[in-house]
Amino acid sequence: MHIDTPKKLEQWRRDCRKRQDSLKKKILVCLGPGCLANGSDKILDEFKKVLKDKKAKDVSLEAVKKTGCHGFCAQGPMVVIEPGGIFYAKVKKSNVAEIIEKTLEKGEIIDKLLYSDPDNGHKYTDYKEIPFYRHQVRISLRNCGQIDPDNIEDYIARGGYAGLAKVLTDLRPKEVIETIKKSGLRGRGGGGFPTGRKWESCAQIEAPIRYVICNGDEGDPGAFMDRCIMEGDPHSVLEGMIICAYAVGSREGYIYVREEYPLAVINLQKAIETAREYGFLGEKILGSDLSFDIRISRGGGAFVCGESSALMKSVAGEVGEPRAKYIRSVQKGLHDQPTVLNNVETFATVPVIIDKGADWFVSIGTPKSTGTKAFSLAGKIRNTGLIEIPMGMTLREIIYNIGGGIPDGREFKAVQTGGPSGGCLPADKLDLPVDFDTLTKAGSMMGSGGMIIMDDRTCPVEVARYFLEFLVHESCGKCVPCREGLLQLYKYCTKITRGEATEADLALMERLSKTIVTASLCGLGQSGPNPFLSTVQYFRDEYLAHIRDRKCPGGVCRELIQYVINDKCTGCMACLSVCPVGAISGEKKKLHVIDQDKCDACGSCHDVCTFAAIDIK
Amino acid sequence: MAHITINGKVVKAHEGEMLLAVIKRLGIDVPALCNHEAIEPTGNCRLCMVEITRPEWEGWKKNVTSCLYPVEDGLIVNTHTPELLEIRKTLLDLQLARCPNSELIQKMAEEYGVHETSYIANVEGDNCIMCYACTRICEVLGKSAISAVMRGQKKVIAPPFGEEPVDCIGCLACAQICPTDVIPYEDKDGIRTIWKKKFELVTCKNCGKTIVTRDFADYLIEQRRIPHEYFETCDDCKRLELAKKMGGLITKAAEVAV
Ligand SMILES: Cc1cc2nc3c(=O)[nH]c(=O)nc-3n(C[C@H](O)[C@H](O)[C@H](O)COP(=O)(O)O)c2cc1C
Ligand code: FES
Repeated sequence: MHIDTPKKLEQWRRDCRKRQDSLKKKILVCLGPGCLANGSDKILDEFKKVLKDKKAKDVSLEAVKKTGCHGFCAQGPMVVIEPGGIFYAKVKKSNVAEIIEKTLEKGEIIDKLLYSDPDNGHKYTDYKEIPFYRHQVRISLRNCGQIDPDNIEDYIARGGYAGLAKVLTDLRPKEVIETIKKSGLRGRGGGGFPTGRKWESCAQIEAPIRYVICNGDEGDPGAFMDRCIMEGDPHSVLEGMIICAYAVGSREGYIYVREEYPLAVINLQKAIETAREYGFLGEKILGSDLSFDIRISRGGGAFVCGESSALMKSVAGEVGEPRAKYIRSVQKGLHDQPTVLNNVETFATVPVIIDKGADWFVSIGTPKSTGTKAFSLAGKIRNTGLIEIPMGMTLREIIYNIGGGIPDGREFKAVQTGGPSGGCLPADKLDLPVDFDTLTKAGSMMGSGGMIIMDDRTCPVEVARYFLEFLVHESCGKCVPCREGLLQLYKYCTKITRGEATEADLALMERLSKTIVTASLCGLGQSGPNPFLSTVQYFRDEYLAHIRDRKCPGGVCRELIQYVINDKCTGCMACLSVCPVGAISGEKKKLHVIDQDKCDACGSCHDVCTFAAIDIK
Repeated sequence: MAHITINGKVVKAHEGEMLLAVIKRLGIDVPALCNHEAIEPTGNCRLCMVEITRPEWEGWKKNVTSCLYPVEDGLIVNTHTPELLEIRKTLLDLQLARCPNSELIQKMAEEYGVHETSYIANVEGDNCIMCYACTRICEVLGKSAISAVMRGQKKVIAPPFGEEPVDCIGCLACAQICPTDVIPYEDKDGIRTIWKKKFELVTCKNCGKTIVTRDFADYLIEQRRIPHEYFETCDDCKRLELAKKMGGLITKAAEVAV
């Protein structure tokens, strides 16, 4: 089918909705990365198999849908039954028959599969009431977990391509740019550059050709927002790019996806083909004068290739190394032509802004950081997963209301935002609102949306060392301050964690960081010292404890800690049998002892002890 | 013509030429390790950073690499602010940690008061400072036989797949442009070895001195239209021949040539 007028699109949308409504029940099985790792594909197959064999009342085979990430990865594999948003957590293949029989056929709720609040045991039926979801506002993730990414009708039924139709019928390119400018949308890839202004600069430059590129490199380890959008709602990215193409006057676009995201590539490719088939891509889009097509470019997975100038080189088939940007890429980007580069989440947000208007978007978030931001919650937090919050929500609200706080009765120590070159914020910064400028001012940054929570058994020096190691590996190696400077910071952090550093070393690191920040060629080096700078700013006493007292207050740095058995020991011999170096001696039902000369502080005994009888000193 | 102010002095410069070129022309001592007139600037060493501002920036300033920053009319440039001196000192200190045995780096660092690196020195590495001069000159020759491969500390200059570089013609441009002399080559028994590749050498038919490799001669004959007689004799013998032709000068020129 070819949709060649906006009117036909609306007709088709009505048909799609009718078809969706005729499915009285819908079974949404999450195939996002988290649930998939726990075997949700088997659950999907089981639903299909059982429903094929048995003719269930009111439930057709089409009612079973695979979706992208639903967000609450900690509770996966998850199955949601609509209508009603009935949320079944940690579903097993063996539960499938029962779900069909009870919930789908008889409308009964299966209590044992519901999510229950670990604090008060309260059980929730509708997922929208669960605190994890209740505090979220989903714009870029609006369709993730709600639609089958392969089924364009699902996207259309939920308002897909309405934004595109609106720009093509009602708005001139300039007006589109004005709308985006007015919405205050800032780039979600990390820098927070105003998107409308970027588009405007690009559109103003005389050139025979302009490019639109979507940055799907997502190099932050642990972050997976962009991945989930590309996998779970690919058309929203395409629609945002097509709107941009119209606004800046481009005919050619690229989506740069890292090699490690094969499913994103597959789903985007399918979406591109479907979009061409229906007339959303290609010549004369929706019967208008706009012609635009998109190709996928696959990146080798280097962190630095997410940087704009490196990415454009990589798309052009050259080595992905950043260049100095005294001439900006909106002027001279891909193949030296004016180019707009935006992040996946940025593009996915655009159609909604067009559809609902700039004022609506401005009403969400804060005056200087409008709208919402997606984050992936990871680390020592109960509700790991994918979330989207209005800008301005405090870190505390995110971590405690949505994230459910710190597990195992431990205490919060720090939150790391902004990816490897972001920063760590301590407990007294928990009430800071999350927006671009506040996080930067506090010594961290928004980044693309990774959020790692750390508990009291974390050593800030070790954290800095860990991220610096990552950056040392990922530095492209071209410019001196980044390549050599970060290496030195890493080496000195290692020295500190071993208790071998002096206070003079610390002062040297701080001086060196300044040069790395000002003299590095690209954003990687310029923000590279952040893991060190933010931890030394907020946890200086712990740095000094390593240096002066040769102690690691977090109880992490092996060279600086001792494991000691206290009198809670029942003599169960568990630690004795796991110790890899045979440092523990003792008899059954008698107090065990650790020989400090033999012990290499691996912590196995501590992990295995169920009586809290091993202290870290 | 553009007018820019460098260290308080108004000077004329060509719009679009790089700031470093102007600075060098004025004889101002700004160090630069990766810059060379024969190749495109890439900004690897960061030593040439200068501070720029404009009247309309209302006091806002920024540091830029002068080898990559084009002249714009009205620019105000400072080359020796305390911050820049600290940056250069730190950069040379870091280079010295990477290449503690490089005489050039030792000398340059010394000029900034660094007699010994303040950092943890690399004891194993060679003297490659990763300035890309070699790969860029190779690119200028249209060959790109070598390139910078891998990332971070593992980054090395190497031929594709670490094998004998297919496109190398043994011209020695890379070895000659290298500021720290780390690209080894050998001419022995009529054979040149560089990047582990062996080349036949063309020698002077009169005196037997090495001229160029056969591959480089072929390249110059084909690509640059240099007559092939040019590679029959070496430069010295050519000069001698010329002198002979010029009669009266014979004796004197012969003396000079010998
Ligand atoms: C080292 C480095 C890595 C980056 N990685 C990414 C990335 O993975 N994804 C991304 O969207 N932006 C990344 N960026 C930011 C991009 O350079 C660019 O600013 C962004 O894609 C622009 O899109 P936006 O304005 O929509 O955020 C990175 C920047 C640097 C310096
Ligand atoms: S000369 Fe400018 S960076 Fe090296």
